[in-house]
Amino acid sequence: MPGDASLPAAAAAPAPPGPFRAFWRAFRENRGAVLGLAVVGFILFVAVFAPLLAPYSPIEQFRGFSKLPPFWVEGSDPRFILGTDAVGRDMLSRLMYGARVSLFIGLSVMVVSMVAGVALGLSAAFFGGIIDVIIIRVMDLIMAIPSLVLAILIIAIIGPNLANTIAAVTVVGLPRYVRLVRASALTELTRDYVTAARVSGVGRFRLMTVTVLPNCLAPLIVQAALGLSDAILEAAGLGFLGLGAQPPTPEWGAMLADTRDLMLSHPWVMAFPGLAILTTVLAINLMGDGLRDALDPRLRRS
Amino acid sequence: MIRFLLRRLALTIPTFIALMFITFVMVRLVPGDPIEVRRGERGISPERLAQLRHEMGLDQPVWKQFLDYANGLLHGDFGTSLVSKSPVLHEFFTLFPATVELTLTAMLFAVVLGVPAGVIAASRRGGFYDQTLMGLALTGYSMPIFWWGLILVLVMSNTLGLTPVSGRTDLINYFYDPVTGFALIDSLLSGQEGAFGDAVHHLILPMIVLGTLPLAVIARMTRSSMLEVLEEDYVRTARAKGLSWTRVVGVHALRNALIPVVTVIGLQVGGLLAGAVLTETIFSWPGVGKWLIESINRRDYPALQGGIMLIATIVIIVNLLVDMLYGLINPRIRHAR
Repeated sequence: MPGDASLPAAAAAPAPPGPFRAFWRAFRENRGAVLGLAVVGFILFVAVFAPLLAPYSPIEQFRGFSKLPPFWVEGSDPRFILGTDAVGRDMLSRLMYGARVSLFIGLSVMVVSMVAGVALGLSAAFFGGIIDVIIIRVMDLIMAIPSLVLAILIIAIIGPNLANTIAAVTVVGLPRYVRLVRASALTELTRDYVTAARVSGVGRFRLMTVTVLPNCLAPLIVQAALGLSDAILEAAGLGFLGLGAQPPTPEWGAMLADTRDLMLSHPWVMAFPGLAILTTVLAINLMGDGLRDALDPRLRRS
Repeated sequence: MIRFLLRRLALTIPTFIALMFITFVMVRLVPGDPIEVRRGERGISPERLAQLRHEMGLDQPVWKQFLDYANGLLHGDFGTSLVSKSPVLHEFFTLFPATVELTLTAMLFAVVLGVPAGVIAASRRGGFYDQTLMGLALTGYSMPIFWWGLILVLVMSNTLGLTPVSGRTDLINYFYDPVTGFALIDSLLSGQEGAFGDAVHHLILPMIVLGTLPLAVIARMTRSSMLEVLEEDYVRTARAKGLSWTRVVGVHALRNALIPVVTVIGLQVGGLLAGAVLTETIFSWPGVGKWLIESINRRDYPALQGGIMLIATIVIIVNLLVDMLYGLINPRIRHAR
């Protein structure tokens, strides 16, 4: 998390308010964003320490304990706080490990998209001409096909598993990163400091990465946060359609799909995975809104 | 204006060609041979297999298959479904009205609630209504719609018994010819008592589920666009003239604030079609989204190819129309190009 990373840096920064401290000051004003950051931090903590925190293995089936309700419903078992699923797996443990899967997918998609988006977007902006045209056309093409349809098509070709989910969701979300980087780089290229750098003989690669890129980062970070939540939702949607992580992987979307038959008789089995997705995505979006307000002064007014 | 239109139109042609190429190549890469899928079901002799391959054009070299495909597309031939043996175009447009009906009503739902919500939030900036509405909008924006659909079915259909669980019409009680393909219109045309109400009942939940995300996006967009407009000089002038706040917000500001909202509405079309895949799957809604998923499972190459081609074409055309509309209502755009 960019927000997380800024905390120690801000604390360690020397007296004059550095960029991180200035950022943190602006970010702190937004209560929703701070709450989002806290929740994301908590989910991240659970995901990282799932093996220590979870009471059971997420795939262990307890015979004779299937379809138990959560603790506040009659007929529950205190050993399974949030109950069990259709085959007697502990719901709480599955949710905790599910956080791992979802965040792993989301963060992987985010990192790959950022790297690829920066590379393609900067190339399009700097080389222009045919390279620009090709990159932009391909991105337009990806955007012309509804995201989930394209993701499903990609999965149908390369097969459903965790790595392929990441690949499909990355491809689908990539155009936004590329266009964003390209647009900000094109704006920056007209600025005087770029001309100055050019005149003083800075090479093209250095100009791209050292001179221009840092000035395109603010909108990119905001996009990354929103892209993270989109990726988690998209991956859960694929999981729900049976095209994401395969059983017995405790993926939240797939867990929801598993419970569809049980939905009417045991509604709580369905409640938790969906709630987990909603909470995670909502927290990331809250944080993303705060990041946008704090990092992008042009949008701050609204 | 005409120059702008032609330019914009010309830009879509390479996209379209690339689209043909990519749908062709991608679908070719899908593992599993359609003939073998069927041979698994019942024993087919090698001669029959060769004959089937020939019938389907699968024995031709790949480049020939592509040229045939592209040529067919340009003549409106989107292939023949391997499963139903009927033309993909026909199959698509038989199911498409159901998807259009669903997406249009979902969009209507989103606009009718989203624009006022955004306006109210903006005019009460920072207040209770603003925070509540924007909190709800962010929740809607973050909602996994497949879960939202299940929750609504559970509450509305199973607990309260208000709406049907799935499908488009109650086939036991009502039957009418698909004259237009839109259940809302056909049920009225049929003249059967209660048929229209039945169609509405079936539509409500899918509409809400599919409309939630655009609703949230439109509300957020309207709010921020409105806030920007409210700071403009002409709003202050209108206020200074002594016009009422409602009139200033509702007439002067809203008209200008809606320009970016129109673009956002147009951009939602692709998202709506993607959402329709999930919504149709949850509610067994007989539209193209559900059909597409089924085609993948049946390894129906031509149906997949044609279906994705058609959906992408529709998205491209809608985006083109939105651009034109945008050029019409905002002269700055068309002159800038």
